[in-house]
Order: sequence, then structure tokens, then C-alpha cells
Amino acid sequence: MKEVHHKADEHHGAHEKTYKYGMVVDLDKCTGCGACMVACMAENNLSFRKDNSDRLRSNLWMRVYKISNGRPFPDTDISFIPRPCQHCEGEGHHHTPCVSVCPATATDYSHETGIVSQVYTRCFGCRYCMAACPYHVRVFNWWDPTWPKGMEKYLNPDVSVRMRGVVEKCSFCYHRYQRAKNKAYAEGRRELHEDEYQTACTQACPAGAITFGDLKNPEHKVHKLKKSRYAFRLLEKLGTNPKIYYVSTRDWGRKAGEVYAGEEPKGVTHVTHA
Amino acid sequence: MKLDRRTFIELAVGFSAGAGGGFMLTPVNWKLMDDMTIWSQELWPRYQLGGLKGRLPQQGKVTHADSVCNLCPGGCGITVRKVGDRATKIEGREGYPVNDGGICPLGAAGLQLLYGPWRIPSPLKRIGKRGSGNFEKISWDEAINKVVQKLGNLRQKGQSHTVACILGSDEGTVPRLFDRFLAAYGSPNFIRTASAEDTYELALGLMQGTTGSVGYDLERANFILSFGSGLIEGWGSPVRVIQAHSTWRSGDLKDRATVVQIEPRLSNTAAKADNWYPINPGTEAALALGLAHVIIKESLYNVDFIGKHTFGFEDWSDSSGKTYMGFKRLVRTEYTPEAVSKITGLPAKKILTLARAFAKAKRPVAVWGRGKGTVSGSLYECMAVHALNALTGNINKPGGVSARPQVATRSWPEVERDATAWSGSRRPRIDGAGSNRYPLTRYLPDRWSQVMNGGKAGAIQALLVHGADPYYTTLDSAAVAKAFEAIPFVVSFSTCLDETAYHADLILPNHHYLERWEDIPTPVGLQKPILGMLKPVVSPQFDTRHAGDVLMTIAKSMGGSVASAFPWDDYETLLKETMGDNWGTLEKAGYIVNEGYKPSAWSKAFGTPSGKFEFYITAFDQAGVKIGKDVGYLPHYEPVQPEGNPATYPLILIPTELMRLADGAVGNPPFCTKTLEETELKKNDLFVEVNPKTAADYGLSEGHHAMLETAKGKAKVLVHLFEGIMPGVIGIPKGLGHAAYDDYLAGKGVSANSLIGVVEDPVTGLSAAWGVRAKLTRV
Ligand code: SF4
Ligand code: SF4
Ligand code: SF4
Repeated sequence: MKEVHHKADEHHGAHEKTYKYGMVVDLDKCTGCGACMVACMAENNLSFRKDNSDRLRSNLWMRVYKISNGRPFPDTDISFIPRPCQHCEGEGHHHTPCVSVCPATATDYSHETGIVSQVYTRCFGCRYCMAACPYHVRVFNWWDPTWPKGMEKYLNPDVSVRMRGVVEKCSFCYHRYQRAKNKAYAEGRRELHEDEYQTACTQACPAGAITFGDLKNPEHKVHKLKKSRYAFRLLEKLGTNPKIYYVSTRDWGRKAGEVYAGEEPKGVTHVTHA
Repeated sequence: MKLDRRTFIELAVGFSAGAGGGFMLTPVNWKLMDDMTIWSQELWPRYQLGGLKGRLPQQGKVTHADSVCNLCPGGCGITVRKVGDRATKIEGREGYPVNDGGICPLGAAGLQLLYGPWRIPSPLKRIGKRGSGNFEKISWDEAINKVVQKLGNLRQKGQSHTVACILGSDEGTVPRLFDRFLAAYGSPNFIRTASAEDTYELALGLMQGTTGSVGYDLERANFILSFGSGLIEGWGSPVRVIQAHSTWRSGDLKDRATVVQIEPRLSNTAAKADNWYPINPGTEAALALGLAHVIIKESLYNVDFIGKHTFGFEDWSDSSGKTYMGFKRLVRTEYTPEAVSKITGLPAKKILTLARAFAKAKRPVAVWGRGKGTVSGSLYECMAVHALNALTGNINKPGGVSARPQVATRSWPEVERDATAWSGSRRPRIDGAGSNRYPLTRYLPDRWSQVMNGGKAGAIQALLVHGADPYYTTLDSAAVAKAFEAIPFVVSFSTCLDETAYHADLILPNHHYLERWEDIPTPVGLQKPILGMLKPVVSPQFDTRHAGDVLMTIAKSMGGSVASAFPWDDYETLLKETMGDNWGTLEKAGYIVNEGYKPSAWSKAFGTPSGKFEFYITAFDQAGVKIGKDVGYLPHYEPVQPEGNPATYPLILIPTELMRLADGAVGNPPFCTKTLEETELKKNDLFVEVNPKTAADYGLSEGHHAMLETAKGKAKVLVHLFEGIMPGVIGIPKGLGHAAYDDYLAGKGVSANSLIGVVEDPVTGLSAAWGVRAKLTRV
């Protein structure tokens, strides 16, 4: 497998167009509706079970967190944070957290796309990456997925289903990148247009809260949006250099996001009944 | 590994030889060079060993088919991605005039309903006890014969009026076919399930003299005052309103629209709003009138509109010289900020600021209809809120409210009724709508079961249900179950095994919405007339038939004038004919939108007796509504008392509606249930929201089990402490508590409708209940 990998790089290397795909999510617009979660499940063949209420066992790639300012009635406020994989780039001494711990090179940072991959055939389920990921985006397949009879008909042939014992996570709908690239190649183009490659959640979002594109391309909307004075990234100080930017004009929401998860500041509640 | 790869290639793309070579000429080869292909595709062949053994989905050509979603009254355009003849994904249709590319979670999960185990595979006949879920497959001929026989017998015995139809809508060809069937057959009992439309249509009819549903020009409004409407939680046409919300949230901060949410609980809408004003539940009308007080007192109203185009604003006298109180005097005397503050719990100062901000905004709009708009609500409350739109002259204006017509379709020939049909249709309706008591109301969807249980158990001898799940959605579940038990013959046309189908005697399954043709009239709340067309995206997966065809077959088999009322060969012929010149566009583009439509100018807009917008409803007397007191002719606050004795039930329970939890005629698909928060559902237990203060009063903490009890029923629930709910109020999500469907939904949680009963609106008879008294005890 490695051989193929290297050969591909040689072929492409010299003239390959590179991207740095990322998102800007407008939290002022996000309604917490969950359409992104469902679109992701439908696009990426996520399975479901009769009881999905245990989030530690649930396999969402996109999860919309509900956070609260924790203040008493009537000063309470809530906000939503849609959280796909942050496709951390790392910077300086910090590498992509999950990539740096994986003993099987099952997860890798692509310098062509900026996408952090997950190669299921290499993953042997040690789950180091799950421990390393500060955003809890990775999920483990505790079971072989099953579908009620007939339901396999809606499965997307572009995305394989995953078996028990492997870790999976958001891929930025990588197969859509492949599809777009195939098309571009067939048409003799080497560069993808902004609207040619969009993730399923971005496309579905009824609020238009998610904008996806090449963060380093000034012509892509994300390039400008990420410069908003209200933009922030989750746990920025960890040095993960994530590629998901959030925009919120609510101060408490921004603060909560910057410190979210790792430090659990008082007042930010995300109750779990596990 | 290599072998696996080749197997995959054969399977996936149909290339067998040489595909593993190193050429870079075709996209296919390029793809194989890409290491990352592995993570998206390599596992298919491997997986043949696992749970999909022998069921690997077929490959095929990728195509896209446009249609419309009808899982809710939102009527969004959809594009279905197909692989061969399989539908693999539903996406929002770009450029569609309702939702331009966006989709909601329910719509995105539609394929789970198409291919799911809850589909009804063929006509079914009940064999076990009602509600035992034991059915037997029968042929279409046998199923249709059973209906023909039963209805034929009833008709022969002069009992045609004991047949009722319950539908989710009364617009579009299929609902109209059912209506027509009853007309020809001889029954007045066409019932439409409850929604806020019931009341808003009446309010518009009374105040504006218009027919048609309310249309809100939300996109152009810049101050949105919502009286508990779940604007981003499924109210109106859900995706459209969420998109409008994004418009309000776009641009420079200073230019953005202002959204104010009035609601006792911090809903998502309240959280997103610029201002959230929690008020005592059920006091919305008082607040609206308090705002009117300030607007009038400070002369902030639209003088032109009020002066020239309204009636009953000032005191007036009739030809005999008798004087009547106008809206102005009522509001100025009764609804001072101080008085309203006492009722609503909102400080008087806030009432003042809000009223000024609303009236001074460029294009303000007051929005009515609690939650998703799934309950009928109080007429005076609706009128009080609508009066705010009149005060600001915001009727039929950009950014305002109007009564919106439908896209015109061809009318059908008059039904030629025989004597039975005439006498049957002239009988009083079972639900009492249109009677002397409730002369204005067309349907009383929450009342028929109460009437039956109140000593008229035999009133319905046969019930046909289509596009609705009244067994589940009607308030007071126990009463509904009892009434159903008394109906000897229940026929469901449902596609899925919903609660009504589950309790039916006979199921004549309709095609799924992705398998059939059907016109979808303007989505609820839209300001422009739009007509969408459902088109078959996949061929029928089971032995189902179009409900329109089945109903026509039944009618034709009955012979006589019932048969001759249906001169069409089949449903498709009827559909084409009815769409007339629009058919070509509908077939090709999938929709028609009347872009040029503009609501009439004020001078021509009102069909009331006065020809003006009426604060004082003169139509009440004309229609013979018994009003009693003078103030009853004006929008005013009349408390709707929640059911239950305050001593026994010290708390107030209100239903909450969530975007991720369908609570109407369509059961929540597994994908959506999977998105529920872990503070909403845990295993099969539903959480209710309780303020920490209230919880402390009752010795309850997060995650505790508690018994929730009302005058209507009780249920074991889990407690979720939520600072955002008013102390003393409990919130219960609507949409769970199903017995039907299957294990992905059945048995989870409790239905809010089983705990909340009907409180009749004194004028309309519709249910005005906004909640119920309750108690919560630790168990
Ligand atoms: S679909 Fe959009 S609005 Fe809905 S939760 Fe996701 S990001 Fe938020
Ligand atoms: S968010 Fe987690 S899984 Fe994604 S790249 Fe960062 S560390 Fe890895
Ligand atoms: S909002 Fe309603 S019509 Fe639109 S996609 Fe969702 S369920 Fe379908």
C-alpha cells in the first residue's frame, strides 16, 4: 500500500495544485437544527442503532454541541457549536495531535488538501488517536454496523461502511473531493472551483451557517470570513492550528469556545448522562 | 489486499482488467493512485463478511431527480441523488423558491422512511385485537371490496353521515378528492387536523374579510416580534424561516434585523433572538395589548392606515345612536403597562421599550402561532397579535402580513348529489363545526373525540384517514383512544405504520412521497402563491397504490352518483387536467411560483362588512356568533385557564417543540432520533426541563426519575435542570411516546398529547390550550 502512496506522490508532486480546506461556521446563524448531522450520516453511511442515546457509544462525525452561559433565569443563554473534525494542521512543535500518536499511520495530514485522513484498513483500533484528539471528534466502532432489511438500498457507494474495531471520523467528505477532482481532470482542469467541492453538511445547512473552501485562496469566501473580528477557533491555545473557524458576536460564546472541552470553565454546561 | 482492491474495482466501477496499472490518463486511474481512496472506499468488499452479507448495494449510473418534500407542511424542493434505481441521498433543491438548496434534518432523513421497516408492504387487514399490531396481508381487490361494502351498507341504511375523513390538509387534489367523495357519498364530516392555521384563517376572515392563509414577508421584515413562535424550530415552512433568520443575521451588526422572542422558556429561537422576554405562559394576548396601549398612547401607530382603512379603532355609534367602545379606548383603559406587567410578569419599563422599538422600526412584523404551529390556539390572542400588525400599518406591505391566495387550478365539475348525498351532507357535523354554537369554524379536530365520548359513541361508524395521524397528534390521547375504540371501521391510507394505521382495521397503503405524483399547494406562511409537484423518484418499493386512485376506485365501485362524481380515468389524468395550462411547467420544472403576485392595496384589501380592517368584528353578529359582552367584539385578553386544580397540580406543563424531533403525522426517523441531546432522551426515558429552583423545591436533581402527572394522565420521566425555563414551569418535548412504527421509535418517551387536554376557545371551539397544570414527584 505504501508503494502506491509514494508512486502517486511522485506523479503528482511537481505540478499538483494544493489546497488548505477549512470552514468558517457562523454561530450567529447556526440554529442547532441538526440538518448537518443528518446530512453527514446520510452521505457517509453512518449506521444507527435502536438506542443511540449514549453519546459515548454514538458514532457522529458531525456533532452539534449545545453550550450554555450557565447563568440563572432569565439571564440564561445558549449557543450551538457544530463540530466536525477540525483537520488540525499543527504548527511549530505541535503536530496534528491524532496523527502524531497513531502507530499504524492510519491517519495522516495531507499537504495536498489539508485534510486529515483516516485509513480504516490500517487502523487496528488502539484508540490512541481518540485520546489525543482534544475535540473528541473520533469515534470507535464497537459493533459491526447493520441496517434493517431494505435500508442498505440508500447506502452511498462512494463511501465504504466501516467494520467493528476501527476508529472513524469526519473526512470533509473526501469522496466529494475525489469526485470533483476526477471531473476536473476529465475536463482537462487542474484546479477545483470553490463550488465544485463542498461538504455534505455545508450543502445541507438551511441557515447557510457553514462556509467551506480553500483557506489560502483569496477568492474563496472562507478567506475573508475567517478574518472577522468575531472569529475564533476551538482551544486555539493548544497549538493544534485547527482549520474550522467560528464566528460569534456573543462574547460569552466566543470565550466558551476558546476554552471549550479541555478546561470546562464553570458555566459552560454540556451535561452527559453516560 | 491487492485482490480485495481488484474486487472492489469490479464492483464499484465495472472495470475489470488493467485498472491497477500506472497510467495517469483517466480519472479512474488517477483515483486508484490516490492513497486516500482507501479510506473512503476500500472496505466495501471486506464488509461483505459482516452485517451486509449478500446485501451489498448495487452500483449504477448516478443521476439526480427533483421533487418536493412533503414530510411537513414546509413543501421544500428536493434533489434526490440516485445510483441506478436506488435513491441514495436527499438534498435541498438549489433555486427552489421555498428553500433554495437548504434542507431540514427530517427532510434529509426521508430515505429512511422510504426504505425503512415501518413501510406497509401491501394492503393489510387487522386480525388481532385493535392495537395489538396483528395484521394479515390481503389483496387490493379484497381490501377495496371491504371498504365498498361497508360504506355501501351504511349508505343504504341512511347512515352516510356517520362516515368521517380526517386529513392533514384540505388543499391540493388529493384532500379535495376526499372532500368530494364525502359530498357525493353524503357526509359533512371532512376534518382537517389541528394547526395554528385553524385560528389564523378565522382571525383573517374576521378582521380582514379574506379567505386564505396568512403569508408573512419575513425576508423583508426588519423587526420580528414573535409571540412564542419557534421561528428556527420548525414554525411555518421550516427551512424558509431559518433562511429568513439568516438574512436577519447578515450584514453589519448595526444593519441587522431585530428579533424579539416572547416565551416562558429559552427555546433556540429565544436564544438566537436579540431580546428574549419570558412572560407567564398564556399571557401573550395581554402583552400584545399592552404594547398596543403604548403605541396608541404615544401616537406611534400608522395614522393613514388606522384613519382611513380600519373600523372600530375609535368609539363609534350605529344608526340607532347606540355607541360602542373602540379598540383604542379598551386598550387605553384596560391594558396599561402596569396592568399588563402584573399579568405577564414583564416589568412595565420593558413593555414601554419594546412597544416603542417595535412601532418605530421600519418594517416590523408581529408573528403568531406557538412552537411549530401544531396547535390551534386562542382566537383573541391571535387577533391581539394581528392588531399590532394593523397598528403599524403592516398589512399587505413589504415585510408585513397578508392573506395569501393559492395558485389557481382548474375547477372540477359540480358534484351531482342524489337524495342520500343531499340529506347526508346536510346533517350536523360530528365535531360541531359550523353549528349554532360554532358557526364560523370549519373543522374542530380536537373536539370530535370529546363529542363521541360525551354520549355520542355511535356518531362515527367509519373513519378514513389520509395524510394525518390523528390517533397520535390529537390532544388528550386517552380520549382519542376511547373514541377510536368506538368506531367500528377505521381505514388508514398511510404509507408507514403510524399510530392511526396501527389502530386501524384496514390499511390501504399509499405510495411513499418519493414514489408518486401529487400537487403540493403553497407551503404554510409563504407570502407568494407556489405550487410544487411531487414526482416519482423511484418506482414503488412495495405493493402500494396512490391514495387518489384507490379512493376513485372505491367511489366507482359504489356506482350511481357516487361513481359519476369521479369521471376521470385515474389520478394522473385528474392531476393533469386540474393543473391545466400549468401542467407542462409543473412536469418539467416541478413548480410554479407566482412571482408577480402582490397583495391588494389597502383600499381593495378588505372584504369585511365595513370594507375596512376591523378591530371591532361586525361579522360576529352576521354569522350569529353569541358574543355576550361588548369587549368580546374586540381583541382582548381572556385567560385560557390550563386544566387542573392548582392545589393538586401546582406546576405548569408546557409542550416544547424541537427541530430534531418530528411531532406531526410523520414519526421521527432514526437519524433524527440519533441527533437528540443526551439531556432529551436517555435509553427510552424522556427528560422534562425543570428550573433548578423548582427542582430544589421538589427535591429533584439532574437525571432523577420523577412522576409527571396531570389531570389527563401520568408518566415516568427524567429531570433535566435547565436554567432557561421559568420557575414553576415544566417543558416536555413533543414527538415521542409512539407505540407504532418499530423499535427505532416505538416505546421511547411519552407523548405530550397524553398529558394535555383540550380547552375550548369560547368563540371557535378549537383547542386554545397552551399547557396544563401538573405535579412532579420524585420516584
Ligand atoms: S445545519 Fe447549519 S444551522 Fe443546522 S445545526 Fe448544522 S450548522 Fe447549525
Ligand atoms: S480534530 Fe481531532 S481528529 Fe481531527 S485532526 Fe484534530 S486531533 Fe485529529
Ligand atoms: S422543512 Fe418540511 S418540507 Fe422542508 S425538508 Fe424539512 S420536512 Fe421536508
